Amino acid sequence: MQALYAQLLVGLINGSFYALLSLGLAVIFGMLNIINFAHGALYMMGAFVAYFLLNNDYLSIGYWPALLIAPIIVGIFGMILERTMLQWLTGLDHLYGLLLTFGIALIVQGVFQNYFGSSGLPYAIPDQLKGGMNLGFMFLPIYRGWVVVFSLIVCLGTWFLIEKTRLGGYLRAATENPTLVRAFGINVPRMITLTYGLGVGLAALAGVLSAPINQVRPLMGADLIIVVFAVVVIGGMGSIMGSIITGFALGVIEGMTKYFYPEASNTVVFVLMVLVLLVKPTGLTGRAA
Amino acid sequence: MTALTDDTLPVTPRAMRDEMVVFVVMALLLASVPYTGVYPFFVMQALCFALLACAFNLLIGYGGLLSFGHAMFMGTAGYCSAHALKVWALPPELGILVGIAAAFGLSLITGYISIRRQGIYFSMITLALSQLLYFIYLQAPFTHGEDGIQGIPQGRMFGVLDLSKPTVLYYVVLVGFLAGFLLIYRIINSPFGEVLKSIRENEPRAISLGYRTDQYKFLAFVLSGTLAGFAGALKVFVAQNASLTDVHWSMSGEVVLMTLVGGLGTIFGPVVGAFAIIAMQQYLASFGQWVTVIQGSIFVICVLTFRRGVIGEIAHYFRRSL
Repeated sequence: MQALYAQLLVGLINGSFYALLSLGLAVIFGMLNIINFAHGALYMMGAFVAYFLLNNDYLSIGYWPALLIAPIIVGIFGMILERTMLQWLTGLDHLYGLLLTFGIALIVQGVFQNYFGSSGLPYAIPDQLKGGMNLGFMFLPIYRGWVVVFSLIVCLGTWFLIEKTRLGGYLRAATENPTLVRAFGINVPRMITLTYGLGVGLAALAGVLSAPINQVRPLMGADLIIVVFAVVVIGGMGSIMGSIITGFALGVIEGMTKYFYPEASNTVVFVLMVLVLLVKPTGLTGRAA
Repeated sequence: MTALTDDTLPVTPRAMRDEMVVFVVMALLLASVPYTGVYPFFVMQALCFALLACAFNLLIGYGGLLSFGHAMFMGTAGYCSAHALKVWALPPELGILVGIAAAFGLSLITGYISIRRQGIYFSMITLALSQLLYFIYLQAPFTHGEDGIQGIPQGRMFGVLDLSKPTVLYYVVLVGFLAGFLLIYRIINSPFGEVLKSIRENEPRAISLGYRTDQYKFLAFVLSGTLAGFAGALKVFVAQNASLTDVHWSMSGEVVLMTLVGGLGTIFGPVVGAFAIIAMQQYLASFGQWVTVIQGSIFVICVLTFRRGVIGEIAHYFRRSL
């Protein structure tokens, strides 16, 4: 049973990353009509920024500030990308956004691979979160528990921001009809830029969270993003809560598969995607695209 | 939604004549390669990728469907051909047929699944399906995992053509490429191709005219996947191995890049793009990972400034369809 709970926890952690990443993808797709292929690369950048902050002799900024600083830095990088490149694609076919961000992902990953190779760099767990707790039925490493709880809070916070606040209202309105919202005097292009920054920041945050668990590698986001695409296909990008729930649920299912049938743990999300497409082609939270 | 190509030209006898002239020039140039001292292995490799890119272009350029997993057809056909040649010791022509049949079967299944969603979702689904296959091939015993299938015998085609001779192999690959290319050209200019283009331009209108657009897209997907498999089967004879690189998503990305550079929805564009990208990889091989950075930059530059691609720009300048 110990092993089952351990895999369940690993599943919840992967689910946290799926949720944070697919959430960002959904927010970005809503505003920019772009599938951000660079999402995995920016997730990786988040981890690397945290690594630099810690290992730079002058800065040596630790985990806690990095949790805030890294997403901001990567978010600003994202906003520069949006201002200099993505904004020129408005009105073109969706696929150009996919191709452009794929190119950006190749550039970012290639540059990091040149300087850091393909092996992983260690990132230590902060002192406050070291060790573990014995819950009676299983041993819980504190850091892992923290990742799940904190991701959940961030996901719900983002949901609250978008669904329940005035700013989120503008955002949703601009998603539905940007021209009309502009007519009310709201600066929609700036909102688009900030939205992209927000989505990218969420990816970078996931990167920082995963740094102590998965090590910091240039290609850490490359395969992850494909799984997240499958998550997005399963859940649909219509609803924020849908992305969060689907992300966590698929992580758990993947963890369970690792326990019951390890050979399929790499493929289970894709197989589920196929099944969902066969049964309900519009995805679980189903708007037709 | 804006169309991919903003200047669709009518198919006139003159346009057909232009295309045939370019085709003959291309065929003659390629046929003379063994006499020019150009490294034939490089050209053969480029021809296989050119056929793959042409097959991919049939789907994106004429059907408007961006498949981000086209490497799966090439890789699957490669593995199956290689297995047939090496383990079953089949003659080359049957080995190629096995590869094509495998790609055909795979495209039936993946087409049935992926055609259910459109636009951006279609791309994500094809990518996810190819990743699924990648993991399957990683674990399946017959692919030999990371090592791949190596040392594949080239054999004698039809009992007479000794494929271990580079010149013979070159002409066999060239004939295969030209046959595939002409088949795609024929498909594009058939009534079926016209319907496909109308779906690309305006799907709701095509539906309202009574076309079952899903069936057309499905057929285009199967044709494209099967032809991509043909390219993969040919590549086995050139590279003499079949490995995981051929099913990896980065390979699918390269096919997209080739077609984008040459020109989406142009007839000769994918060929030019494939030669350009393969040549670039050849000459920049010593730069290591910078090749990835350069490829990414080409993507960015093409999308931002050069969406018609090389051939698309030339065709646009001369007001011809090429």
